[in-house]
Amino acid sequence: MTASKSTEELTRVVIRFAGDSGDGMQLTGDRFTQETADFGNDLSTLPNFPAEIRAPAGTLPGVSSFQIHFADYDILTPGDHPDVLIAMNPAALKANIGDLQAGGTAIVDAHEFTDRNLKRVGYESNPLEDGSLSDYQLHAIDLTGLTVGAVEEFGLSRKDASRAKNMFALGLVSWMFGRPIDGSVAFLGKKFAGSPAIRDANVAALRTGYNYGETTESFAVSYVVKPAVIPSGRYRNITGNTALSYGIVAAGQLSGLQVFLGAYPITPASDILHELSKHKAFGVTTFQAEDEIAGVGAALGASFAGSLGVTTTSGPGLALKGETIGLGVMLELPLVIIDVQRGGPSTGLPTKTEQSDLLQAMNGRNGEAPVPVVAAQSPADCFDAAIEAARIAVTYRTPVILLSDGYLANGSEPWSLPDVASLPRIEPDFATADPDAAFLPYARDPQTLARPWAPPGVAGLEHRIGGLEKADGTGDISYDPANHDHMVRLRQAKVDGIAATIPEIEVDDPDGHAKILVIGWGSTYGPIGAGCRRARVAGHRIAQAHLRHLNPFPANLGEVLAAYDRVIVPEMNLGQLRSLLRAKYLVDAEGYNAVRGMPFGAAELGKHFIELCIKEGE
Amino acid sequence: MSVDLGMPQGHGLEGVPTADEPQTRKDFSSDQEVRWCPGCGDYAILAAVQGFMPELGLRRENIVFISGIGCAARFPYYLDTYGLHSIHGRAPAIATGIATTRADLSVWVVTGDGDALSIGGNHLIHALRRNVNMTILLFNNRIYGLTKGQYSPTSEPGKVTKSTPFGSIDAPLNPLSLALGAEATFVARTIDSDRKHLTTVLSAAARHRGTSLVEIYQNCPIFNDGAFDAIKDPETRDDAIIPLVHGEPIRFGVDGRLGVVRTPGGGVDVVEVDESNAADVLVHDARADDATTAFALSRITDGGAVRRAPIGIFRQVDRPTYDDLSREQAVLAGEAPSLQDLLDGPDAWTVA
Repeated sequence: MTASKSTEELTRVVIRFAGDSGDGMQLTGDRFTQETADFGNDLSTLPNFPAEIRAPAGTLPGVSSFQIHFADYDILTPGDHPDVLIAMNPAALKANIGDLQAGGTAIVDAHEFTDRNLKRVGYESNPLEDGSLSDYQLHAIDLTGLTVGAVEEFGLSRKDASRAKNMFALGLVSWMFGRPIDGSVAFLGKKFAGSPAIRDANVAALRTGYNYGETTESFAVSYVVKPAVIPSGRYRNITGNTALSYGIVAAGQLSGLQVFLGAYPITPASDILHELSKHKAFGVTTFQAEDEIAGVGAALGASFAGSLGVTTTSGPGLALKGETIGLGVMLELPLVIIDVQRGGPSTGLPTKTEQSDLLQAMNGRNGEAPVPVVAAQSPADCFDAAIEAARIAVTYRTPVILLSDGYLANGSEPWSLPDVASLPRIEPDFATADPDAAFLPYARDPQTLARPWAPPGVAGLEHRIGGLEKADGTGDISYDPANHDHMVRLRQAKVDGIAATIPEIEVDDPDGHAKILVIGWGSTYGPIGAGCRRARVAGHRIAQAHLRHLNPFPANLGEVLAAYDRVIVPEMNLGQLRSLLRAKYLVDAEGYNAVRGMPFGAAELGKHFIELCIKEGE
Repeated sequence: MSVDLGMPQGHGLEGVPTADEPQTRKDFSSDQEVRWCPGCGDYAILAAVQGFMPELGLRRENIVFISGIGCAARFPYYLDTYGLHSIHGRAPAIATGIATTRADLSVWVVTGDGDALSIGGNHLIHALRRNVNMTILLFNNRIYGLTKGQYSPTSEPGKVTKSTPFGSIDAPLNPLSLALGAEATFVARTIDSDRKHLTTVLSAAARHRGTSLVEIYQNCPIFNDGAFDAIKDPETRDDAIIPLVHGEPIRFGVDGRLGVVRTPGGGVDVVEVDESNAADVLVHDARADDATTAFALSRITDGGAVRRAPIGIFRQVDRPTYDDLSREQAVLAGEAPSLQDLLDGPDAWTVA
């Protein structure tokens, strides 16, 4: 850094990169994230993109953005309001300026602010000139022109040359926040290894952007956000979908089972199919099925044949898989169903997040068809949640639904890398033939109530099973009324009994005297935690608990709920967990609900919690 | 970008362990009471399958029968092999998961015209085009039996049933035309009442590597009795059944008085054969790369009342199977690398 520039120290910053779907904002965000991870800050990210792959250029529906929150302490959310907004065109500015912190910095590509582009998004005058942005520190820079000039020597077309402008922006923001760019230079070298001119142009744009910040007078200050103090260990940055995929690979290794994924592409779950399709060497077979039903059907067939059957989907696909999951309940075979939730109902909001499939996961089948439900709470936690879902599925011979969501799927955070050797084994415990006794496919393990898992290929274990009601023990077809009642209760008891092997829910109640408990599940973990932190910083007492297991609930949950005067359940739905808690524990749980397709903001929840605390005199 | 996927492997039962001892029909009969209606064609098919399984000489424990829903779907309960009676229409999907993960299993799907062609139509065509190594027995009685008598996707137009009191207005599907259009590599037809032919066709189907589709004309004595009388009645059947034998001219009828010839339009037709046109009779080539003639033969059977029908193997060609290719890619991927390395990735950092 040159001596003429001053630096300012900050504890946390939120930056949002916004542009056209084709402007490479996700890539830019990913690179800045990696630079930030390399630098040692704690971080959390939130991509936000349209369902259309390439909406018409320059329009509001085509705006894609990537937000990163980084700090010198441990943070829980991707941040509510950006401090810095990078807007690559008028549409990106218009779509995002309302979120920018008052007094925040807006960096815009002035080149794109032509009369035509302004008109297209409904600007009647140029916001860069009409004073409407006077509340912000505005940097209107000809990013396109500077980029084209910087890469002139590589002989690219003007169009190709201007496409490197995202790297110019990355360079500039990297300078502003003292991020190292060597990693990004190496990344570009690899990504564009096949086209040297494009590689060199992108690297040149990146460096020019960095140097522009350092030399131009309009950027007087750069900022320092010191590395965070985080527990020692090895870390990497990871998205939820990648962590979840790795959890499935690990579950295969830990159980010694082949993994078979049957999947039909669906947003926002497809990246799990993409990731798992790379890992054949780990014994993972992926099958892109003709539809959602075939995806789960093939997975169930693979489980019958002795593999760990897995299927991935989102809400609409879970609806289609319902009948097959019911068959899995009847067959009592291991099956992991991953639902990366998105906005619903119907096609809903494919690229936005929501947690409104909980009741579908609990009840979306005909008959009394209990299925264990497990939820991930943060991007990195998807790894552990996947292993837990597989453990339950294999141990109890049952379909298990694992709930993630769009925010976890695409969001990222640093992951404290597990030591593989310390991960718990999963025992498939296949049935073996006993020459002295007839094989009973529906005999029960006295502890788990699980039935034997007897894949084909073993003489003496030949058996026929199906969706018709089973006679207890033999598994023969049975229409006997008493047997049906018995079997319905037995299947329920088996799932209820899983509570014996799951940890009790822990409450974060710093002095143990709070009267208000906030309880959540899934991806609201971060925002609820951040909201509680704000309430505590303001001097209030509030307790937080978060559910990994939604079915069955932890054994001590009723006791925990009863210990508080008020139970608050924030959810990105209209109160699905709340109704389960009320029904099961007769507790007057209160909701805090929003279904905007976006995660809760920390400030929003903090404000709500503080108001509650004041009311309660806490 | 595309990748050369290589040539197909051997026959359909390669990789399935064979039995140490000779087997009998009894070895394949389960202890379950058979519960089809008296006179149902399914009995004959079950007897034929139980009877010819010992000829395959496979270990019982390496045989899996999968079914969906319908009368035919009860089939697995009656065979002492591994079996899975699943849900309506989904058997080919479930069988795909089984066949793809287990090269050592002989995988059979038992289905009906409603199960395979209506609710499960999508799974059927995709199993066929993928060419997953399995044998699909499609019992076609051209009616819904288990739901008590509604018309099916193979019922003739105008058919009066419980759900069509004024006659069916649905156009029927021709199962073999559909299979050929779906890129099937083994397509055959046989009849429940002809044990010898049934056995021959099933045996060839089992040995074919890939998805074998065998349509079995099966009489439902309760809801659609006589649907195949034209090809079963001793008075008419000689002129109605057209046996297809690879490499043989397609002649049939009393003393071979009828034969199949090509038409100028690219189809085929049945003609009376005499010295003048004997040389024009089509020689059946089930192995032809081009499925056009097989398709033309499938069109001889009109999609309504069955008045005339070729039986035998329409098409039998080699094409790599989905499950073999899937396993081959797994082998090419090599030994499992370190899980720790995968998790760590290239960009991990250490906090002291």
